[in-house]
Amino acid sequence: MIELICIGCPRGCKLLIDENNDYTVTGHSCQIGVEYGKNEVLNPTRVLTTIVKIENAIHNCLPVKSSKPLPKEKLIEVSKALKEVVVKSPVKTNEIIVKNILNTGIDIVATRDM
Amino acid sequence: MYDLIVVGAGPAGLSAALTAYENGLKKILVVERDKEMGGILNQCIHNGFGLHLFKKELTGPEFAGRFIEKIKETDIEIMLDTMVLDMDKNKNVYILNTNGYKKLSAKAIILAMGCRERTRGAIATPGDRGAGVYTAGAAQRYMNMNGYSVGNKVVILGSGDIGLIMARRMTLEGAKVLACIEINPYSAGLRRNIKQCLEDFDIPLYLSHTITDIKCTNNRVSKVIISKVDEAYNIIEGSEIEIKCDTVLLSIGLIPENELSKEADITIDERTKGPVVYENMETSVEGIFCCGNVVQVHDLADNVAMEAKKAAKAACKYILEEKTFVREIKVEANKPITYTIPQKIHLPIEEKVVDISFRTNKVLDKCVIKVTNSNGEVVCKYPREYVIPAELEKINVPVSLIKDEQNSITIYIEED
Amino acid sequence: MYDVIIIGAGVVGCSTAYWLSQYEMSIALLETHNDVANGTTKANSGCMHAGYDPQPGSLMAKYNVEGSLMAKELCEKLDVPYSNDGSLVLAYNQQDRQTLQELYKRGIENGVKELYILDEKETRKLEPLLSEKVVGSLYAKTSAIIDPWQYTIALAEVAVENGVDLKLSNEVKAITKENDIFTITTSKGQYRCKYIINAAGVYSDVVHEMIGEKEFTIIPVRGQYFLLDKNEGEKVHLTLFQCPSKYGKGVAVCPTVHGNMIVGPDAETVQFEDLATTTEALNYIKERSALTMDCINFRDNIRNFAGVRARSDRQDFIIEESKSVKNFYNLAGMASPGLTAACAIGYHVIDWLNTKERFVKKENYKETRKKVRFKDLSFEEKNEMIAKNPAYGRIICRCEQVTEGEILDCFNSPIPPQSIDGIKRRTNAGMGRCQSGFCGEKVAMILKEKLNIEFNEILLDKEGSNILMSKAKEGDY
Repeated sequence: MIELICIGCPRGCKLLIDENNDYTVTGHSCQIGVEYGKNEVLNPTRVLTTIVKIENAIHNCLPVKSSKPLPKEKLIEVSKALKEVVVKSPVKTNEIIVKNILNTGIDIVATRDM
Repeated sequence: MYDLIVVGAGPAGLSAALTAYENGLKKILVVERDKEMGGILNQCIHNGFGLHLFKKELTGPEFAGRFIEKIKETDIEIMLDTMVLDMDKNKNVYILNTNGYKKLSAKAIILAMGCRERTRGAIATPGDRGAGVYTAGAAQRYMNMNGYSVGNKVVILGSGDIGLIMARRMTLEGAKVLACIEINPYSAGLRRNIKQCLEDFDIPLYLSHTITDIKCTNNRVSKVIISKVDEAYNIIEGSEIEIKCDTVLLSIGLIPENELSKEADITIDERTKGPVVYENMETSVEGIFCCGNVVQVHDLADNVAMEAKKAAKAACKYILEEKTFVREIKVEANKPITYTIPQKIHLPIEEKVVDISFRTNKVLDKCVIKVTNSNGEVVCKYPREYVIPAELEKINVPVSLIKDEQNSITIYIEED
Repeated sequence: MYDVIIIGAGVVGCSTAYWLSQYEMSIALLETHNDVANGTTKANSGCMHAGYDPQPGSLMAKYNVEGSLMAKELCEKLDVPYSNDGSLVLAYNQQDRQTLQELYKRGIENGVKELYILDEKETRKLEPLLSEKVVGSLYAKTSAIIDPWQYTIALAEVAVENGVDLKLSNEVKAITKENDIFTITTSKGQYRCKYIINAAGVYSDVVHEMIGEKEFTIIPVRGQYFLLDKNEGEKVHLTLFQCPSKYGKGVAVCPTVHGNMIVGPDAETVQFEDLATTTEALNYIKERSALTMDCINFRDNIRNFAGVRARSDRQDFIIEESKSVKNFYNLAGMASPGLTAACAIGYHVIDWLNTKERFVKKENYKETRKKVRFKDLSFEEKNEMIAKNPAYGRIICRCEQVTEGEILDCFNSPIPPQSIDGIKRRTNAGMGRCQSGFCGEKVAMILKEKLNIEFNEILLDKEGSNILMSKAKEGDY
């Protein structure tokens, strides 16, 4: 049995994952927990939220995120890879900033208008 | 003369203004000190917002964006870069901006000023006073709005959510976070943040520890000494650990910002540092309502926005309808409950239930929350798997069960 | 080549510069740090003592009483916050009552006016929230409080406007003398002069011995403080001392000119200018302050700090020409009541110089300064100011209500700030309950722009106190 805290929502359910029984999840309160539990044991992923440089805007930085969860071990690598990215204002929420970042098949998108 | 003036355009203020608009108020003004709407959400670029309200996981700016988009479709007046310097109980508001210093009046006011971070002074952390000690929120602003990192080797004091979130942010942006130090035997932050912000990056969490000295070299932090504390928070001699670092981030709690409320003679609850409120978020001054972190520190912006809706509906009612209530009862809290919101309930009211939220200062496993009337009889109970200080607890009390009460109801917890 | 070089831009050095700048002479003021008022001057309770405490006949007694009388007018001229609310020395028993009588007599002998012995009832009428243990007091009506930073900065600003060359970030390394001309070597360069005024505070013995014999020793004495929220400030109206006893002078509880409460100091001999605070001392101060007021809510503490006072081994000020070096004057050992005495000490420096040669007053010199404090203006005045300069309509520090206009004003002043704390000392921005949590970033960005520096050059205060270390994604990971 593997014990995990679900990060699907602020509730933080204590999940039990049975690795000998097709990764059956118990302790969850909703479907998010079931998916998270299995995924976290087999292939943990996280949405990356970070910033890139922006010019001519109200701030120096534009907040961005990965359009889908990235493999957990890639988080720092992807954040680093955005070092040289500079965008120009205006940018709209959900606008793609970098397509297919590091060949993950996942995009980096803006999380606000700026 | 405005129908409603909302002070603050963070999640509470924006949600309140929109709700008031949707409920028929015409002349609404939102006053915001920053140059843009959104409040602290603009620097909270992480995700975890919106699950309750929008059924979707959003980042702070996305969450704010949803309100801002809607506000822009209304004729709610927004005054940015404007500070409310003073307010009185006759609902006059004194505002300052680059156009001048003006007095404005409204039929009702909603206070949504949010909160501030506790500082090193509040816990009197000893040691040198060079650069390198910041509140987590201040470091967050430098990082997420300006793109600057306050340090390279970081120790976090306190395990509040902003501290945990910053542990992850600093790590992702190139710093080494060496430890998170929490004086209590339990974390002050949400469990999922311990997991995804500390454990994901192998950052050790020292429970029952605190910083007992901060040393500087050439006027910048160069190391901290941490020590273990016993159950009474006394420092255990000989337990010192030295950590070389250049930065200390403080995440040791938030305090509602009520300097303005005090100007209007609004009664403040010494426990919450926020206004004493009724079930409809009205303060001790008729027609002045409040919501969000100015009332109590919430865990989630979703809850802030929902509390704001309640305050806005009540403000609309106050302006547009005759009041129905004739008396009030108190809500008392027994240990380990530290306070309740609301502290008072108007009666009779049309609503079917009253939401009561509170925090404890103790971790409780399987337990039952009970509400008693002034005769000591239990009127309702709520079983819980656990109650922890990091999570705001909430119960819905049916008004039918307390409608004949004359004095007070009391809330307490019984452990199984 | 200067006529006079003053070493040290604390309150004593700046007061000396202020008064001397009214005369026809060339003056340089050398300072180790990047701002004036950055040593002992910046870390004390801001009390202007009445003068009943020092031994009659001492230099402390003479300059304290004279300084106390001068300060009010000087603060008006310099537009510096000054509040003349008086002080109490509190008695707890019969023996203390006797001590009060002695202090009273000493005060009269020192020439202090308006001293009164009060009984318990009269005492409580002046200060209702005193602890129950208080049985009487000595009331000194001439005691006052000031803002020691603004006071010193104002003195220095006027001096600079009158032509004094302020040389910041110039640490004195060596002093030599040849043919009656001194050469001072600093971390930045060399300066020559005929007369040296040594006002180097904790380091004044070291500076003197760069050229002279050992004539005195400075013993650094650290004192720690609590600075409490304005909520607590409302509890205290007068500067409250405890009767000196075998435990020492006791811990004071005082209002500040900004409306806060300040509690401290203790007194601890330290090896160097050690400005750390310690749990032991802070606990001691808390405990002792309860004798004065047991209702202080230390949860409303917004800052702790420590100051190091330059006590001399003579138990008195050292105000004299060096015995081993002609034309080298020591203004040293400026422990309490140094802040009070400073203006009088500086005022008399010209008397010495005029025994050596004749310096005459300038025909035109400045002796006043004005400063905009937006918060204190009336409704109409606020609007007039904003009409003239819209930056006064933008609040940067919300706790202390400091506007962008006031911060920008600093950069047009004779001594522009070089750090975030430099701005704080000039405007109060960041002094309040959030301790710059909200405005720190805004102030830092103004500083960056105005000084035209890189982000990693922004200083909190002294050299080395850089607040930002790297750009996002450019760290070592």
